[in-house]
Amino acid sequence: MPKITESQFIKLESSQSSMETLECSRLLCPMPVIKTQNKLKEMKEGDILKVICTDPGTMADIPTWSRINQIQVLGYAEFRDHTIQFLLRNTL
Amino acid sequence: MRMTDTIPSKPTKQRKAVALISGGLDSLLAAKVVQEQGIHVEGINFYTGFCVEGHTHAIRKKDKEKQKRNNALWSAEQLGIKLHILDISEEYKDIVYNPKHGYGANLNPCLDCKIYMVNQAQDWADENGFDFIITGEVIGQRPKSQRKETMPIIARESGAEDRLLRPLCAKNLIPSLPEREGWVNREELYDFSGRSRKPQFELAEKFGFEDYAQPAGGCCFLTDANYSKKLADLWAARGEKRYELDDIMLLKVGRHIRPKPNFKLIVSREEGENNFLRGYKKEFTSIHTVSHGGPLTLLEGTFDKEDIKLAAQIVARYSGGKNAEKVTVEVENYNQTSYVMDVTPMQPHEVKEDWHI
Repeated sequence: MPKITESQFIKLESSQSSMETLECSRLLCPMPVIKTQNKLKEMKEGDILKVICTDPGTMADIPTWSRINQIQVLGYAEFRDHTIQFLLRNTL
Repeated sequence: MRMTDTIPSKPTKQRKAVALISGGLDSLLAAKVVQEQGIHVEGINFYTGFCVEGHTHAIRKKDKEKQKRNNALWSAEQLGIKLHILDISEEYKDIVYNPKHGYGANLNPCLDCKIYMVNQAQDWADENGFDFIITGEVIGQRPKSQRKETMPIIARESGAEDRLLRPLCAKNLIPSLPEREGWVNREELYDFSGRSRKPQFELAEKFGFEDYAQPAGGCCFLTDANYSKKLADLWAARGEKRYELDDIMLLKVGRHIRPKPNFKLIVSREEGENNFLRGYKKEFTSIHTVSHGGPLTLLEGTFDKEDIKLAAQIVARYSGGKNAEKVTVEVENYNQTSYVMDVTPMQPHEVKEDWHI
């Protein structure tokens, strides 16, 4: 699963034609995973979702959850502002 | 039709089961046993707010060396199944406040909890076209919820009835619907009972599972005596059984010291807890030492200036200035106002044993 740099993430994000954002800062696992799961269920297949987290546990949990549910993680990065951001493509 | 042609048999329906996945070994094995019989299995996991998974690892710095993994997700990945995580933290409060079947050794409402989870799994199965439910229960494994007499209670009161299959101890129970209908072969299920974990370890080895989770006391903080004591203290101080999610998160963090009935201190023990408590400064009055290194402390309850002074002396006792004559602390109110004061650190013997919750 592609862990990328902050600048690579920003570039990847800017290349998306449309995207929704889910704010999960301060939430501890598994809440970011649950919110991501529920948000993706509301979205259409192929839609892009950006998830912003602060719990380092999400770096293990969101890619694992995505893998077992066949969600595509386009990339994730640790930012200088201590957030961890994910870019996901919905397949639910 | 020639004699050599065979009459095509009616295709059998692919049966589907939803497995309660806690992240522990038993639920992993139960799902695997059924999966091995050709059943399509998906997992369901519940977030109650009291789950041991994740939180404390995220909070405590000393735990950062440990592998950060959610064991329910890990189990699902080992099984190659989807995992659906349901947030039941709000509805769960009623179970914790008033468990119909009472508490276990601590404030763990294990039997009511299991009934509720199986009930939720049954609803999920109905909505998603699944045929039956799997749990990793073993007769005699847990003193409160996993006993021979509680097995039918769970099946009945959850509404799952005979659609509830316990593959690890099925041979000790009346055949369930999946067994009677031949969806699963009863002969390939198990007859585990008692507290011994040996049969599970042997089965894990047979399936090639290694590095599985073995949480002592299960995966719920309510089974922990110290945690339950803190929750009971919180209810006693409030005069009622009531909590919010932030309350139960904070019970997992720091030293809890109640020098007077009207307020308590939550004193961080290390840097990770300091960072975590910092996130609550807008909701709580906090104290931190200025003249010396020391822990961030939140005050919970109602308190006056004398109480704050007492709290500051306790904070100073846990700071780098514990042997100094004076320690300067800053008191920050949740409304962003603050002031500094000098206090004499309390001596260790002055912090009474029964203040520690």
